[in-house]
Amino acid sequence: MEVYLDNSATTKVFPEVAELMTKVMLEDYGNPSSLHFKGVDGENYIKKAKEQIAKVLKVQEKEIYFTSGGTEADNLAIIGCAMANKRAGMHLITTRIEHPAVLETMKYLEKQGFEVTYLPVDKYGQIRLEDLKAAMRRDTILVSVMHTNNEIGAVQPIAEAGVLIKSMNPRCLFHVDAVQGFGKCRIWPKKMMVDLLSVSAHKIHGPKGIGFLYVGEKVKILPINYGGGQQKGMRSGTENVPAIAGLGLATQMIYSGLEADVEYIYKIRETFVQGVSLMEGITVNGKSGKDTSCHVVSVSFAGVRSEVLLHALEDKGICVSAGSACASNHPQTSETLKAIGVEKHLLDSTIRFSFSVFTTMEEIEYTLQALREIVPVLRKYSRH
Amino acid sequence: MTFKAFLIKYAEIGVKGRNRYIFEDALVQQMKYALKRCDGEFSIRKEQGRIYVDVVSDYYDYDEVVENLSRVFGISHICPMIQLEDEGFEKLGKDIVKYMDEAYPDKKITFKVNARRARKNYPLTSMEINQALGGMILDAFPEISVDVHNPDVLLSVEIREHIYVYSIVVPGPGGMPIGTAGKAMLLLSGGIDSPVAGYMIAKRGVKIDAVYFHAPPYTSERAKQKVVDLAKEVAKYAGPIYLHVINFTDIQMYIYEKCPHDELTIIMRRYMMKIAEMIAKETECIGLITGESIGQVASQTMHSLAVTNEVCTLPVYRPLIGFDKKDIIEISEKIGTYETSILPFEDCCTIFVAKHPVTKPSLAIIKKHETHLEEKIDELVQTALDTDEVIIVR
Repeated sequence: MEVYLDNSATTKVFPEVAELMTKVMLEDYGNPSSLHFKGVDGENYIKKAKEQIAKVLKVQEKEIYFTSGGTEADNLAIIGCAMANKRAGMHLITTRIEHPAVLETMKYLEKQGFEVTYLPVDKYGQIRLEDLKAAMRRDTILVSVMHTNNEIGAVQPIAEAGVLIKSMNPRCLFHVDAVQGFGKCRIWPKKMMVDLLSVSAHKIHGPKGIGFLYVGEKVKILPINYGGGQQKGMRSGTENVPAIAGLGLATQMIYSGLEADVEYIYKIRETFVQGVSLMEGITVNGKSGKDTSCHVVSVSFAGVRSEVLLHALEDKGICVSAGSACASNHPQTSETLKAIGVEKHLLDSTIRFSFSVFTTMEEIEYTLQALREIVPVLRKYSRH
Repeated sequence: MTFKAFLIKYAEIGVKGRNRYIFEDALVQQMKYALKRCDGEFSIRKEQGRIYVDVVSDYYDYDEVVENLSRVFGISHICPMIQLEDEGFEKLGKDIVKYMDEAYPDKKITFKVNARRARKNYPLTSMEINQALGGMILDAFPEISVDVHNPDVLLSVEIREHIYVYSIVVPGPGGMPIGTAGKAMLLLSGGIDSPVAGYMIAKRGVKIDAVYFHAPPYTSERAKQKVVDLAKEVAKYAGPIYLHVINFTDIQMYIYEKCPHDELTIIMRRYMMKIAEMIAKETECIGLITGESIGQVASQTMHSLAVTNEVCTLPVYRPLIGFDKKDIIEISEKIGTYETSILPFEDCCTIFVAKHPVTKPSLAIIKKHETHLEEKIDELVQTALDTDEVIIVR
C-alpha cells in the first residue's frame, strides 16, 4: 500500500489540471507577447487564470503577478519592498518560524544594511500581538508573517496583525507568506490589510514551478529581475503559460466546495491525532482541533530518531517528512521546533504528517497500525 | 590548430619483458573504455612500441579527451600531435614554423628539435632534419633561441608513413593498466577513505569489485545512492565496478541484542570482513581492500585491526594505513570523490555506535562474546548473502 502523507511538501496534481496543461503545451503553445493569434491564445489563458485567482481572493486581476513559485514570490515581496522603500526606513519585522524563503531573504537584507526584528512565538507557534506592537517603529517598512506554518500547522492572527500594523504606521507594508494557508481557508487580503501575499501552486494540487504574488494596487515595490518587461515590468521573462493555466484551474477547483473538503481533512487529522495519542511517549506539537490548520500534524516520538522512523515507514509504503532533518555529521535542527520550545531530545524525534483531500481513513488506520508496530521495535534498538 | 592524434607514452609497462603485450593490450582496452565517455570517434593503434589515438570523426572535444585519458592508469604522458603528409621538406618546414607560431604565441622561449626517422628512405638524416628545421624556426622568429640541454620546448618530429609533430606533454596518472594484476574486493562505505583506497589499489592495475553494507531503515536509499555515486567516480579510473549491496540490518540488530555494546562496532566489522571475503571468493577476487588508517577511529587502532583481520584468509590491502586524514582528503579532492563523500547521510558504521567503544579489544574476549551469536548468525549471514544486490557501476 502506498500512503502519501507529505502534502505539506507537495501534492498530487488534479487530473483536470494536468489535462489542461497538456492541451496548452501541445496546442496553444503561443508566446503571450506575440502579436499573432497563437500569442492571443496564450494571453487568454493568463487572463483566465488571473480571473480565477482574483475571484477567490476578492482582489483585482491586475494585482496578480506570476512567479516561479513561493520562494520567488517571497523574494520579490521582501526585496522589492526593501529596495523601493529604503528612504522611508531600513527596519523590517518577521517571525522566527518563517520558511527559509523569508528567513534567508531577511538575512540577505541584513547584510545589505537593513535591520530585522524576529518575533518569538508561544508554545503553539503563534506570535503575540503585543510583541508585534512593541517591535513596530517609525522606520519599519515591512512586516512579513506567514499565514500557516509548514512544520506544525500553526495559523497566525493575520487579520488582527493587519489592523495593528496599519493603525500604528499606515505606510508600513504587510506581507503574508500564504503558501501553506492558501487552499485551506478563505483569505481576503484587502479585509486583512495585507499588501503582499505569496502563493505556490504545487501545494494546492497544481504544478511545480509556478506561483504568484498579490501586490495591492497602491503598493510600491521594485522588480528583482529585469528583461523583456513582461507583467508590467514587475517580473520579466516569458510567462509559463501552461503552468499559469494549471494554477488558475487548481485555484478554482480547491476553492469550490472548500468548506466541505476542509471539514473532511479535519476529520482525517482528528482520527490520526486520536490514534497516535494512545501510543506511549508521544507528543503532538501545536494546538489541536480547529485552532490549527487541517492538513499538518507534528508528532514527537521519544527515543526514536526521526530519520530512522521515516525510513521504516517508507518501507511500508508510507511517505512522511522528518520534522527536523538531522544526520550524524550534519546537525540541522528545525528553527520552528526550537522556537516553540520542543525539548532538545525530541528535536530529532519529530515527524510531520500532512494530509490532503485525497487522504483516506483506511490510509490513516494503516499508518497508525504501522506506527504501533514500528515504534516499539525502534525504541528497543535506539542508540545509547 | 587542431590536434588530430595523440601519442600515448606509458610508464612502467615499458620495462616488462616478454609479456609486455599483455600490458599494452590491457592499456588499449582501458583507453577504449575511457574514450567511450567522449564525444567523437577514435581509433587506437599500437605501432613499434608506441600507442596512438587517432581522431576519426570530424568533431571531438580536445579537453574532454585529455581529461579522460589522464585517468587511464599506465599512461605516463599524453602528447597531442598534428599530422602532416610528406609533401617535400620545404613544405614541412613551413608547416613546422606555422605550428610553432600557433602553439607558442609568446616567442621568448628556448627550443630544440628532436627528429626521428622511422622511415629510413627519407632523404635527410635525423641530424640534418634537426639542423634544417631549427634554422627555419630561428629565421622566422628573431626572439626565439636554441637550448640543446634544457629547452623550454622540445619539438618532436617523427617521420613515419605520415609525419607527426608534437611538443605539448600532458602528464598521465602513471601506475599500471587495470586488469594486469588480478581483482580485489573493496569494502566501500560512504566515507572519504574507502574510495581513495580503491583508487590507489586500482592504480597498480588491480580490477576492483566493491561491497556496501546497507542497513535500512537506519540508512536511507539516499545513503545507498551516495555509495553508487562514489563507485561511479572510482569507476572513471578503475573501469566498471560490480557493486554488491548487502542488507546488514538483521545481523547488526542481532549483534546489538546479544553482545556488549562497546564491542558492537568491532564485531560488526568482523562480520563485514567475513561476508566481503565470502563474496570475494565467489567472484574470483584474490584480496580485500579497506580504507583503514591506524588510529583514525576506535575500530582502527592496531589492536582493533588485529581483531578484525583475524577473520580473513585473503590478504587485506590497506593502502591508507600510514596516511593522515588530511593527506587522504587531498587525494579524494584530486580524484573527485570528496564532495560526494561529505554528503550528510548516515552510513552503516555510525549508527548504534557506543559512546565509548573499546579501543584495545582482546581477541579472546571478542571470540567469547561472539559465541552468544551461535544460534542464528550463520543463518542471518546466509540470508544476507542470498539477498546480495549487484549493481554494475560504469
